[in-house]
Amino acid sequence: MYAVEMQHITKRFGHFTANHQVDFQVHEGEIHALIGENGAGKSTLMRILYGFYTPDAGQIYINGREVKIQKPSDAITLGVGMVHQHFMLIPPLTVTENIILGKEETNRLGILNLPLAAKQLTELSQTYRLHIDPSAKIEQVSIGFQQRIEILKILYRNAQIIILDEPTPILTPQEIDDLFKVLLQLKSEGKTIILITHKLSEVMTISNRITIMRHGKIVGTRETKSTTQTELARLMIGEEIGPPISKRPFIAHKDILIMEQVSAKGDRGVLAVRNVSLNVKEGEIIGIAGVEGNGQSELVQVIAGLRPFQVGEISIGSHSLSPTHGHQALAHIPEDRLRFGLILDFTLQENLILGRQQELRFRHYYFLQDSETRSYSSELIHSFDIRPEELSLPARNFSGGNQQKIVVARELSKNVPLIVASQPTRGLDIRAIDFIHNSLISERNKGKAILLVSSDLGEILKLSDRIAVMYEGEITKVFLTADTDEREIGMYMTGAKKKSA
Amino acid sequence: MQTLTKLGYNIAGPVLALIISFAIGGIFIAIIGKDPLAVYSQFFSDTLGNAYGIGQVLFKATPLIFTGLASAICFRAGLFNIGAEGQLIIGAFCIAFVGNVFGILPAIFLLPLCILAGFIGGACWGIIPGLLKATFGAHEVINTIMMNFIAAALVNYFVSNVFFVPATVHTPDIVPAAHLSRLDFFFESFHGAPVNLSLFIAIGAALLLHVYLWKTSLGYELRATGLNLNAARYAGIHVERHMIGTLTLGGGLAGLAGMNFVMGYKHYFELGFSEGAGFIGIAVALLARNNPIGIVLTSIFFGILQYGSLTINTIVPKELANILQAIVILCIIVLSKVIDRHMVRLQKQSVAAEVHA
Amino acid sequence: MRLFTLLLTITLILFLVGCARKADQQEQPTKMKVGLVFDVGGRGDKSFNDAAYRGLEKAKKELGMDFEYIEPGPGADREAALRQLANHKDIALIFGIGFIFTDDITTIAREFPSKKFACVDYTYDSTRPLPPNLVALLFREEEGSFLVGTLAALLTKTNVIGFIGGMQSPLIKKFEAGYIAGARYANPKCEVLVGYAGTTGEAFKNPGKGKELALGQYTRGADIIYHASGVTGLGVFEAARELKKLAIGVDSDQYHEAPGNILTSMTKIVDTAVFQSIKAAKESTFVGGRAMIFDLKSNGVDYVYDQNNKSLIPDDVHTKVEETRRKIVSGEITVPYQ
Repeated sequence: MYAVEMQHITKRFGHFTANHQVDFQVHEGEIHALIGENGAGKSTLMRILYGFYTPDAGQIYINGREVKIQKPSDAITLGVGMVHQHFMLIPPLTVTENIILGKEETNRLGILNLPLAAKQLTELSQTYRLHIDPSAKIEQVSIGFQQRIEILKILYRNAQIIILDEPTPILTPQEIDDLFKVLLQLKSEGKTIILITHKLSEVMTISNRITIMRHGKIVGTRETKSTTQTELARLMIGEEIGPPISKRPFIAHKDILIMEQVSAKGDRGVLAVRNVSLNVKEGEIIGIAGVEGNGQSELVQVIAGLRPFQVGEISIGSHSLSPTHGHQALAHIPEDRLRFGLILDFTLQENLILGRQQELRFRHYYFLQDSETRSYSSELIHSFDIRPEELSLPARNFSGGNQQKIVVARELSKNVPLIVASQPTRGLDIRAIDFIHNSLISERNKGKAILLVSSDLGEILKLSDRIAVMYEGEITKVFLTADTDEREIGMYMTGAKKKSA
Repeated sequence: MQTLTKLGYNIAGPVLALIISFAIGGIFIAIIGKDPLAVYSQFFSDTLGNAYGIGQVLFKATPLIFTGLASAICFRAGLFNIGAEGQLIIGAFCIAFVGNVFGILPAIFLLPLCILAGFIGGACWGIIPGLLKATFGAHEVINTIMMNFIAAALVNYFVSNVFFVPATVHTPDIVPAAHLSRLDFFFESFHGAPVNLSLFIAIGAALLLHVYLWKTSLGYELRATGLNLNAARYAGIHVERHMIGTLTLGGGLAGLAGMNFVMGYKHYFELGFSEGAGFIGIAVALLARNNPIGIVLTSIFFGILQYGSLTINTIVPKELANILQAIVILCIIVLSKVIDRHMVRLQKQSVAAEVHA
Repeated sequence: MRLFTLLLTITLILFLVGCARKADQQEQPTKMKVGLVFDVGGRGDKSFNDAAYRGLEKAKKELGMDFEYIEPGPGADREAALRQLANHKDIALIFGIGFIFTDDITTIAREFPSKKFACVDYTYDSTRPLPPNLVALLFREEEGSFLVGTLAALLTKTNVIGFIGGMQSPLIKKFEAGYIAGARYANPKCEVLVGYAGTTGEAFKNPGKGKELALGQYTRGADIIYHASGVTGLGVFEAARELKKLAIGVDSDQYHEAPGNILTSMTKIVDTAVFQSIKAAKESTFVGGRAMIFDLKSNGVDYVYDQNNKSLIPDDVHTKVEETRRKIVSGEITVPYQ
């Protein structure tokens, strides 16, 4: 008997089949990893189990009994809980208030019994070593802490089966270790855990069994101890990943982006970018390393003309920027694709010309050139492998990885000398990351100037020719990549080392 | 198959809503001791049973098309234009003024000039909240409402003190050269119904707006602005210009609504003639989901409701007719949601059938 | 799909039943009826429109004449409503209540020459002849207003009285002009405060505004306010009740709206005018193409003096007002109307 068994599950969105005849089984008391590329159908399958979607066909059995899960509350009643990628917490409320939301314990007069709830939560937190203070306010705690609150919330509702949807990309390495400790503790208490991820190293460390999905179907289930990362990667993407495109030495030294002592205010009105001077040359990738929130986002917005700057000078090519506003002719992969890079209700085709709608290629007088846009879009979809290949499907219906590919495809197809890429691979799967990395390198080899901002130090080290470290709004150090290593950069990122004299 | 079913539901929705709301309304009618069937038979036979009734319905629908478009285009740009009423009043007054004062011009100049006057008048009332929004971030809801008050007061002043026919509440007549022919001039069977050529101008405006929104680069930018302001800015779209431009265009469209009454019917501006068409236009736009072609159909539907309410007034009090109207609209809103859900279920069934086959 | 077919069938049946019933109705022979279209204020204004309605009810009771009425919105509805009634084959006489019907009723009267029409407060213009089947029912409101102005000016203790009009229009100006002239005639020192509720038909339906205006005038020293503002006047009465001041009603006897605070009412016998027109139509003595004038002389306008308000009006004042009435009727006093 399985703790969870899903049989012949099929789910479609429009003409797109997200899950096709999926059979999926999880043993009681195991940590079961569900892996696959973005858009492979992992999240859809788990959202069906949690009642977010109802399947078009198929059956679900919990502990051997057939069940109908129409909505999340059905799932909760059956002991199924889910931790989402985006937390559903209300910032001004305390941990206790957030957790009891929807399951408020009241006395006969209808008055909340908060102390009792807090006591129960403290006990739960101790049992599972979550280290949570029930009286803390959400807005004051870290991301890792918030994630533990979500787990506690599920435990408070007596969940036996816990689904975690890509829990690690938002966590620091230390927080990941802590999370895994918690998961092992939960397992030892007899809970069943389903972990959605695409990070193979994590899977190998923590899981008992692994199910691999590709293109909406299950391609195999493996015992963790009898498989290898190579096998998993092959199952996930159906082929081996080729070696990365090598960087061609590029010896032209024309500066494309020139920044002289730029300072700019952040959203709260205090200086977020301080006195930054940096040049990016053609045929060069400069990586900006730094712990998130040290002014990188603001710096990118300033360069893109989306944020005014107070002091300094910036020029792109021979064109100098006005301090107050102005859209710039640059390719910009924004860090928040949902807020800036895409219009979710626009179709794929409409999104592929976002920002390029006034180019004469795409319009004739004021009329959009549908046939031209269509062939251009088909070309991009093909060369960037965007799926599904449906021009009229709204961006909302694409997976996160494919949404990112839409943005990257559009921006890299622009014929401009400067590319600013901010967190270009965040939350993407191996193949998509590899693809975007190769695209950036080949643009560099063509002579483009590239400014790369990433919180993934490995990515910075892999791609950059030079690395600039940002700390508290300042560029504290610029290295040649060949002359440095992770450890040294880490010292500057945390402020342990400041500007050398 | 799917499109056919969808069409079926789109027709069935309002019909079902009508039946349910008439059933509820029937209870009210029965309570006051009248015969619901008599009321409803009068409602249908007087609105759709003859050409005159249809003409009255279309006459009522015409300004709603304009004001519906005025609201819809602003909604598409993410703006709430509550000012269609004021824009309409100003536009209508400008038409009446130009049609009278420039009376010596021949029709070939005067007709376009009057239409332009209506558009510009309304546009002036739209551009002000647009500018305030774009430059100071002042919320357009408040400002368009305020502009309504100003429009009403200003026009009242002019029609009471400056430009009026003594002992009336209207302006002097526009000259015949500025008249838009009534349809009964072409089709005798419409006789008496004031529906006029402005109906076709309204339909033309809806078609143009459709093209603007979906086929032009400016329409693309406008929709982008309405759906995601940040992404629109990121894409180099001058969102402020679109805010101003769209409110101006919306104002102009609302101003054109004045043609129906002033150029097509009474040939003068009369205080209070609009019957709140500017506000009903908001409901029209929402029910039509801001789709220009849908607005034409929804306006006709509202025309039936409005004129139908008048015709049954000989049997039931006006208040009851108003209640009936409100119930119909509520039922449609609820049912459209129910039908949306049903469509999703249907899709699931068809997929399940395919999978098992 | 099945559901849709079902719905369509139901609608169709409903529609056919409706049409069938309609046909039945038309075959039944019925007696002559009267139709009436109300002004924007509609029924329930306790004043002008209600007075017209009383005329209808009286005709039903005494003459056995059935009636139908419509309360239209502003704009195109008036013409549509008149035409709807005119199209009704049983309806022989149609009323428009209010000057705003002037154009519409003229158009419809021409379109339906076999039907009879009457319009209260028709804006009569001697250069434009009335259609032969239309009669204009006109009132000399300025004469009645002159008398209540005289009465107010004689009774005021503060030498300040007020006037509150509904919509600023020539019609209401007649009330104002007569009232002020009457006050000046009786008491040259008397000051008259004047306020209007608005400039559209809505101004006749806004008691809140009426109260606001009245409170303003009372606090500025007025102790008697005359209103000519339809439903808006109910707000004036409320202010009078609150501050224990006096108010003068209009059109109908409005004593019962605020017993003890209504000094008198300037009555306009709209009900009688409506009733007499119906009676004439029934007896085939209806003569169109002319204006029927209702003035002081014919008791078409008057002020209320009865058991209810006798105690508020001293005998010598009453005598003086009656004397003024004689002078107006005889032509010794000419009452201005603008």
